[in-house]
Amino acid sequence: MITIAAFIIMMSLQAHKEEPKGAEPTIGAKAILSIEFDNIVGEQNLQLNTGAYTNGSGENYSVSLLQYFISNISVKKADGTVYTVPQDSSYFLIKESDPAARYAKVQVPEGEYSSITFVLGVDSLRSTMDISKRTGVLEPSGGMEDGMYWGWNSGYIFFKFEGTSPHAPVDPTGQHKFRYHIGGFGGYAAPTINNIRTITIDLTAAGNAKVRSGRVSNVHLLVDLAKLFNGSTTVRIAANPTVMFSAYSANIADNFNNMFRHDHTEN
Amino acid sequence: MNKKQLLVIALAAGGLAFSKQVIDSFTGFKKPGNFPDAIYHFKTNAITEAKFELGRKLFYEPRFSRDNTVSCGTCHIQSAAFTHHGHDVSHGIDDRLGKRNSPPIMNLAWGKTFFWDGGVFDLDLQPIVPITNPVEMDETMDNVLNKLRNHRDYPGLFKQAFGSAVINAERVMKALSQFMVMLVSANSKYDSVMRKQGVRFTAAEQQGYALFKTHCGSCHKEPLFTDESFRDNGIGAGPNNDEGRYLVTLNDTDKYKFKVPGLRNLSYTAPYMHDGRFITLRAVLEHYTSHIKNTPNLDPLLKPTGAPGLKLTAAEQSNIITFLLTLNDKDFITDKRFSEP
Repeated sequence: MITIAAFIIMMSLQAHKEEPKGAEPTIGAKAILSIEFDNIVGEQNLQLNTGAYTNGSGENYSVSLLQYFISNISVKKADGTVYTVPQDSSYFLIKESDPAARYAKVQVPEGEYSSITFVLGVDSLRSTMDISKRTGVLEPSGGMEDGMYWGWNSGYIFFKFEGTSPHAPVDPTGQHKFRYHIGGFGGYAAPTINNIRTITIDLTAAGNAKVRSGRVSNVHLLVDLAKLFNGSTTVRIAANPTVMFSAYSANIADNFNNMFRHDHTEN
Repeated sequence: MNKKQLLVIALAAGGLAFSKQVIDSFTGFKKPGNFPDAIYHFKTNAITEAKFELGRKLFYEPRFSRDNTVSCGTCHIQSAAFTHHGHDVSHGIDDRLGKRNSPPIMNLAWGKTFFWDGGVFDLDLQPIVPITNPVEMDETMDNVLNKLRNHRDYPGLFKQAFGSAVINAERVMKALSQFMVMLVSANSKYDSVMRKQGVRFTAAEQQGYALFKTHCGSCHKEPLFTDESFRDNGIGAGPNNDEGRYLVTLNDTDKYKFKVPGLRNLSYTAPYMHDGRFITLRAVLEHYTSHIKNTPNLDPLLKPTGAPGLKLTAAEQSNIITFLLTLNDKDFITDKRFSEP
């Protein structure tokens, strides 16, 4: 009996040691692919609080906060081969306030890639997983200021964009703020809005990503907030100063796709 | 056999002896004989005594609030079946008022969704709501975690429960869930009758039970006395125009619908309804017989004859109330395992 107990202990130690290792299939050597999210507004670089911008409807505004989730990254070669990054390593929170949090860095097999695809937001599966699978940027914390989680209606805020504009009504703190918190993964027990958007960027015109060991290939994307106001829907701050969990939020999500464009790749 | 091996064996033997002792004193989660299988995901959060006791301590921990004044137990008081007895809506931090009546915490292991609007679908994600709500605890998870990490006792308690002193959101939530799912209320007179433990209903209780099954039981489904659905019971919007389930689904047919509440321990949980507007059970029964508003989403079951309202005489209403009082569970509200440690 004592031998069995010792054996069990040995086995559990063994199991513990092996835990950190992932169970991915091996597909050749991997190297880092970096995707840079460089937020701009039309012809200007985005500068929090100090930058002054005008949207397509002629409304002046400045930006105080911008952050969004990028997830479920996959890359494609010219021959059509697709590599999907293991999901556990594929969630990134891009934060304008933190220069280090402007990159999504993933490991992909060496090779030349001509397009990348990612989700703006968090997929519905992960949004309903056990809390043990929501670590790092996915930890549900729901802070009012920079939190990216809705506690009262379990789910992530995919895209959080706030600023001030004289066209926004005055709020109880005396500020003229606009607040766009876009989320909604489709609902758990009952169907509701789904603002998950998948974005594919072709790299052929501005430079394929050549991923090699010992080098970092960086795909430099420009993310143009001006396009958030002018896409399939023209969003006016005066008419919609606050957009959160509402049917109108889908119009803003539909404008996401046009915000992203490939500027160049550093290989 | 060298010294190291001997030590391993000694530890193993000690561990076995210890776990034997634990099994003797701590029974874990037990499904009552007259209940269906629980819904909570025990497979990702198996009940242990150390985790349950940690969850119990956390439940009564005021550090969850911004100024360390409000704990879960503040608005969920055991003697009131873990609700805030006597308050239509609860007052949280700085005595700020909420917009809904604090629901009793009991039999949550059978809950499919949580809150009056069902906005949370996993009990492990529930506590985030009161912690971050500006009118309840008004705190951030990051601050809560830091307060617990810097506390004299918690790192040791987390180590005991989870094997290391790491304190993160997952562990805090899972410990709290352990305490909450263990809050099983199943020792009322009704339960004893159903389990044939030698107890019988009185004539009035029996009549009330028969009427209840005819008029109330399809939504307030036994033995939990809720079918977990969302319905508009025709009480009409209150002054704050709370749209209930609609806020979660944005579906027009969900406007003014709220979760069907369980009916156990009603003697301890007044007032009633999502905004606590009815102080007595008599007012509740009068609503269902005489005051239902014919709202657009009114539940069809409340229009049995085409017009809103259940057909119940005053005597029948009294008998239903007499039956409902057999759902009081004195053991539950006095169980020492659930009190503030």
